[in-house]
Amino acid sequence: MKSIRISKIKFKDFINYALVLALMAYGLILFASGSLRPSTAMLLTQMGYCIILAVSLNLVVGFLGELSLGHAGFMCIGAYIGGLFAVVLKTAMPDMKFAVLVISMIVGGAVASVFGFVIGLPSLRLKGDYLAIVTLAFGEIVRNVFMNQETFGGARGLTTISLIYDTRRAPTLFVVVLAFALVMLFVIQNLIKSKHGRAITAIRDNEIAAKAMGINVTFYKLFVFIVASFFAGCAGVIYAHTTTPVLYSFFSYNYSIEILVMVVLGGMGSITGSIVSAVFITYINFLLQSQLSGDLAAMRNLVYAIILIVVVIFSNAPALRDFRERYSPAALFSRFKKRDASTQTDDEAKWARVPTKIKMDAILSTDLNPGSNKSIHGDLGGHDGGKGGNK
Amino acid sequence: MITLIDGLSLGSIYALIALGYTMVYGIAKLLNFAHGDVIMVGAYAIMVTLSYSLSPWVAVVVAAILCTVLGMLIEKIAYKPLRGASPLAVLITAIGVSYFLQGAAQIIFGSQSIPVGVAWKLPAVSAINKLGVSTAAAVTLISGVIIMSILTLFIKYTKTGRAMRAVSEDRGAAMLMGVNVNGIITITFAIGSLLAAFAGMFYLLQIPNTQPTLGAMPGITAFTAAVIGGIGSIPGAMVGGILLGVVEKFCLSSPLAPYTVAIKFSLLIIILLVKPTGLLGKVSREKV
Repeated sequence: MKSIRISKIKFKDFINYALVLALMAYGLILFASGSLRPSTAMLLTQMGYCIILAVSLNLVVGFLGELSLGHAGFMCIGAYIGGLFAVVLKTAMPDMKFAVLVISMIVGGAVASVFGFVIGLPSLRLKGDYLAIVTLAFGEIVRNVFMNQETFGGARGLTTISLIYDTRRAPTLFVVVLAFALVMLFVIQNLIKSKHGRAITAIRDNEIAAKAMGINVTFYKLFVFIVASFFAGCAGVIYAHTTTPVLYSFFSYNYSIEILVMVVLGGMGSITGSIVSAVFITYINFLLQSQLSGDLAAMRNLVYAIILIVVVIFSNAPALRDFRERYSPAALFSRFKKRDASTQTDDEAKWARVPTKIKMDAILSTDLNPGSNKSIHGDLGGHDGGKGGNK
Repeated sequence: MITLIDGLSLGSIYALIALGYTMVYGIAKLLNFAHGDVIMVGAYAIMVTLSYSLSPWVAVVVAAILCTVLGMLIEKIAYKPLRGASPLAVLITAIGVSYFLQGAAQIIFGSQSIPVGVAWKLPAVSAINKLGVSTAAAVTLISGVIIMSILTLFIKYTKTGRAMRAVSEDRGAAMLMGVNVNGIITITFAIGSLLAAFAGMFYLLQIPNTQPTLGAMPGITAFTAAVIGGIGSIPGAMVGGILLGVVEKFCLSSPLAPYTVAIKFSLLIIILLVKPTGLLGKVSREKV
């Protein structure tokens, strides 16, 4: 990543930074006007770590193309290890909240990424479904182990009360979290744009072909797992700074699914989508939390389930392919674009895919009388241009 | 010895569930994540039927029919539109279905556990109980073995079973030979869900409480069992299920009891690392 040129931020990347900055600005404006409620600050923090979780999972699912069902497990490691570290550090230097947060985030992230490496190892031998199961198993193992460690509070959970920020006095936490989300976006977006990112998407599209092109599949798979688990671990540390006690039951398989819903709803492989849906789902959760209590809280799960099924069927079912192409955002958007004679229209694009047409073009453009007058060439050229130059 | 028999009986429950996973995977090439929750539905069906003070036999029949229909319905709604799509997409819908069933059960019945009626209790058989084995464990073990043998014979000798094997071997070729592939997939789901209903029944015999998340842990464990045995392989599912059942019971009776879950799943990771296709799985070479 030597050749990062910040000056060349494209619109697509810019909008991601802008979204996060907008959240931060919203919180800061509320704080400045003195109307920032603790619940809003908490919500913004939650949005921050959900963005981090969703984007990092998207790196694995959307860009590398491996399904990971253990993202909450990495978060759990970060929350417990980073949380305990922060509690210890806090007693050593009680006045440096910011330093404690940052250092514990790095520690939690680093430990989580070690486990990311460990869980990435089977991914070299296993594929798809098998790997999904291993990651799921990993999440359960992590929970089970932490549940039985008295160092981490055992079944009562890890008490992190000394870390909780007083949101009334300073809006520190959500600013730090969102700033960290910006750092993560910077890292991941530049990673995806770099040649390494292209290698990662190549592995997703066709692993064997990627290998044949000389891409080191082993390296990139491990690399993606390490990066994603690092950020998930950091999100866990942030969680430990917002919630006490850190309880193993939070990081269940269901939470992994919730993160997956964010990724799928936003669109696998779309970072903007992940950010928007992370913010949206966190907000919906926040709203429903106060509205639905007790068993009705399951309504949320029901809604998630329906979202998952409908979105996936809609965007993947072979029978709906035509429908999707006609009504995709890009197609709808293109209606408002000015028609340019040099661009293809939809109909022509479809026509171009019919193989016989391509053959016809090839036949038409072959010179039947080599060495004869130029006028035929001219005519044929004009004909081709009129069709939209679909070669 | 008693632990071993307990383990075998738990293992045969896992094996029944794992058979559902492995058959569906072998034939439809998808991981039916919702399978564990079909068990839960079966258990609830038994509980509800019994609460109308009907006989346990009626309850079992109701549960079996309900689960079979549910399995076919899930296949029609959630999986069939995605035939030919990427496996990742299908896996995610499967997770969605599982989530849906759990959520629905929680809304209808609440999240607390509901005890099953007194009618759901096996009489004490002194000959077995004297050995220290509960009647439930014995019944589970014996019927588990019977069901598995029937299934093996069915797959091996009936026309449908032959068609199922053909589809799992090569779907395209089976279709060309006149096998109704869609029909076979539906039948597979039906059989898998029927096995899940039986598994739910045996589960209730051992733990007579229903809960919306009841299917999750046995489901994931059985799934692990299917993967350990080599997913897609029917004897593999049986071996894997019984292995995990025995390991679980031995862990629970040892000082390592709190780490049972971790041990079960570590076993999976270790076996997959050593033999990525599972114990009895076939090695398939991937072509471009």
